[in-house]
Amino acid sequence: MASEPRDRTEELRSRVAEALPDLDFVLGYGRGFDPLHATPVAVRRERDVGRLIFDPTCVQNLATSLYGLSGKRLGLVVKGCDSRSVIQLLQERLWERENLVIFGLPCEGVLDLAKLRVAADIASVKAVRFEGSPRHGVLRLTLPEGQGMRDMEMESAGLLADKCLRCRHPNPLVYDYLIGPEIAPQGEEDDYADLAALEGLSTQERFDFWKRQMGRCIRCYACRNACPLCVCKHVCLADSREPHWLSAEATLQEKWLFQVMHALHLAGRCTECGECQRSCPMGIPILLLKRMMNRELKELFHYQAGVSLDAVPPLHTFLMEEDRIKDRGLLW
Amino acid sequence: MPDMGREYRIIGFLCNWCSYGGADAAGVARFNQPTELRIIRVPCSGRVDPMFVAKALLSGADGVLVSGCHPRDCHYTEGNLYARRRLELLRRFLPIIGVDEGRFEYIWVSASEGSRWRDMVTRFTDKIHALGPMPRMAEAARTLCTLSGMLGVSSAQPDVWPAKERRRVPRHETRRDALLSMDDYKEVMDGE
Repeated sequence: MASEPRDRTEELRSRVAEALPDLDFVLGYGRGFDPLHATPVAVRRERDVGRLIFDPTCVQNLATSLYGLSGKRLGLVVKGCDSRSVIQLLQERLWERENLVIFGLPCEGVLDLAKLRVAADIASVKAVRFEGSPRHGVLRLTLPEGQGMRDMEMESAGLLADKCLRCRHPNPLVYDYLIGPEIAPQGEEDDYADLAALEGLSTQERFDFWKRQMGRCIRCYACRNACPLCVCKHVCLADSREPHWLSAEATLQEKWLFQVMHALHLAGRCTECGECQRSCPMGIPILLLKRMMNRELKELFHYQAGVSLDAVPPLHTFLMEEDRIKDRGLLW
Repeated sequence: MPDMGREYRIIGFLCNWCSYGGADAAGVARFNQPTELRIIRVPCSGRVDPMFVAKALLSGADGVLVSGCHPRDCHYTEGNLYARRRLELLRRFLPIIGVDEGRFEYIWVSASEGSRWRDMVTRFTDKIHALGPMPRMAEAARTLCTLSGMLGVSSAQPDVWPAKERRRVPRHETRRDALLSMDDYKEVMDGE
């Protein structure tokens, strides 16, 4: 299953070069400020395609940029999980499919830098090498030590983001070019096993848990800004004075209500790309909230966001007789 | 009714066409009803944004009741059918954030069902009394103090005073742990 990353990057570059004449630009991953960071790059000319890379450091969901760019003809590099965000945007008619050329890359997982930071001091990493596939291979870091350098070797499976360890859609669900061989998913159905710990708590304990987590929030709104489906950032209710949903006070109540608002506005839309949690500077497990919401949605409406282009979002429709909703009026 | 000594704050969102009429009918019929329900009239139960409920509960309401026309009876044909999906999802979402599911309920009451309204409100109010008040949201004061202490030390300008004139000792020199130490940081981040 080990794909040759070098070849794959070459193939990506040649495909992008091929498609570039018809496009305004292609949004892909480039090398960031150090070998562990990728950064989004816009490739406008053929001579720039060499800047494109693809490896497990490409953590960002580039679909986040899409909404601000509507009206352009665009190429977009997506992983499997990112393609679900694209589908959701297309499904909500926030972007036209014909103006988008999608370069789909089957992905075996991306790094969670937070996990890596615990394992090693990566502040001044000099070189990074992935050997084998991310799921089974090793990650070799070259770190400065004293005057010289030191090599450090770690199993990369333990450093992958949590979402990758339970990935059900490693292959892009929508694409124009599929680059590299398809990859087997980590399992058939999402079993939401990671929610069991929180499930086991009593209501009061859960309240206290979130109280502690939300207390850390600094209201930077990084979670909102990183979310590919928060498409009304420019008129976000969190900033609005009329209606005045949230005040500028830094109270727990305001912080918590903001996260509840984010979760409620993403009900039936969230594709669990995990950008909210990844971007949170305070390490609040926001994705947990979204995943719990998604599990309820799956149970209630048999629905999963961003897997089918012509599905109808569950809250945009109704059934006269709901099969999963009991008649509340007669219950008690 | 348990816990009679305490007044609870219960918010009711009632649709203009059925439930508000139903509550009115209960009043006209001079039924005895609990007095803790504050009624907010909305055009349709479909107008009830789940955020209304979330905001009410997180702002300290002890319970929220949403009431609309029976399914198929909506004045706007389908408003309550959309509402049903949204509110059911909300009902399942609230326990996730640690709000007891009993604190929120949505029901259908028509304009002629005054006695049914009375029953529903009485039972809902009893349920809230049994649950007790909504847990307090107050932020741990210690966290706030620690944080402001950290910020005060690091961002105040300790060295603006000419040392030889007043010999005012900068705060970071007086307190051992004045500058942000990793232990402080961990303590705040971990909460308790």
